[in-house]
Amino acid sequence: MEIKVLGPGCANCFKMEELAKSAVKELGIEAKIEKITDIGQIAMHGILSTPGLIVNGKIKHSGKPLPSLEKVKELIKGEA
Amino acid sequence: MLKAFASYVVYDLFGMARDTRLSGALEFFIYDTIKIFLLLSVIIFAVSVIRSYFPPERTKRILSHKREFIGNILAALLGIVTPFCSCSAVPLFIGFVEAGVPLGVTFSFLISSPMVNEVAVVLLWGLFGWKIALIYMVTGLLVAIVAGMIIGKLKLEKWVEEYVYTIKSLGAAADIAKQTFKDRLVYALENTTDILKKVWAYVIVAIGIGGFIHGYVPEDFLVKYAGPQNPFGVPIAVALGVPLYSNAAGVIPIVYALMEKGMSMGTVLAFMMAVTALSFPEMIILRKVLKVKLLAVFVGIMTVTIIGVGYLFNAIL
Repeated sequence: MEIKVLGPGCANCFKMEELAKSAVKELGIEAKIEKITDIGQIAMHGILSTPGLIVNGKIKHSGKPLPSLEKVKELIKGEA
Repeated sequence: MLKAFASYVVYDLFGMARDTRLSGALEFFIYDTIKIFLLLSVIIFAVSVIRSYFPPERTKRILSHKREFIGNILAALLGIVTPFCSCSAVPLFIGFVEAGVPLGVTFSFLISSPMVNEVAVVLLWGLFGWKIALIYMVTGLLVAIVAGMIIGKLKLEKWVEEYVYTIKSLGAAADIAKQTFKDRLVYALENTTDILKKVWAYVIVAIGIGGFIHGYVPEDFLVKYAGPQNPFGVPIAVALGVPLYSNAAGVIPIVYALMEKGMSMGTVLAFMMAVTALSFPEMIILRKVLKVKLLAVFVGIMTVTIIGVGYLFNAIL
């Protein structure tokens, strides 16, 4: 599974990355988590408001407020 | 009812003497605090529900290939409800351009979004009355529409960084699940607490200035040089406000203090617009997509329009 966390480096983007990591760990699945911080790259992925979460090429979340850990687990599980 | 509660707390619960300056100030403070936080909670919640229907992706689709004028008006209005923070300004700008939203229309959105929002309007309403809030909202939208239209007419597309036009969306399908109405309410609740957590301290400070400080504020110097007598008051206030960076809530205590010190309404509104719509950090962020020339034109047009609004209201209010 491929997970991308997109954000230029704001506080919420770090939190989003932590959320994704915790979710993967708690679900006990194999996943590659990639952090994308380049603005052009973020825009290219179709994310208009950061932080964004993309799972297997599908935009699962973008913007604030951040989803809860439970919600992130659900979003990831939906693609597993 | 709120008034009765405030006086109950001050005179019965705290047992303070009536008609002293302190007890009067405290009564006013408690009343205003409850009133403004009630207003904030209700309105932010309502706007958040509307907001859940207009994520940036949808706004982008609505504005794509819109004609100027109609597009500028729509963009300014959508700026009120579409969630956006300055840290997302660049991906949003690129996304809009890539989707074929005209440059001037994109600017109308970028200007209106941080300047005109429910937090600014509610705080102005609670502290200065609904007329001031309405005036701020309408002129804020006008500034966004006019400035965006001018930028559109000037055909400045060549002053956008070239790489912006080369970015093609990978077409990652948005798979944000269809929301039920209950989802929207949950989102609205989260959003409301999120915003309240961010702004409550500023709001308390602003109300405190009204209730207690009444007469003493350190911005004395500003009012002396930018007060109602000085014909250059508006440009000076705007020039001071442009580099300052704050969201609408953060600037409210200063705005309140300036009003208390007798700065005229038009000057204060112009100052607030300059602080929320233009800032150094935002310029640095936008520099990633705009060439220095376009950035300068943008700041110039905004400064002139905001100064115009200030003079207009000093003349008619």
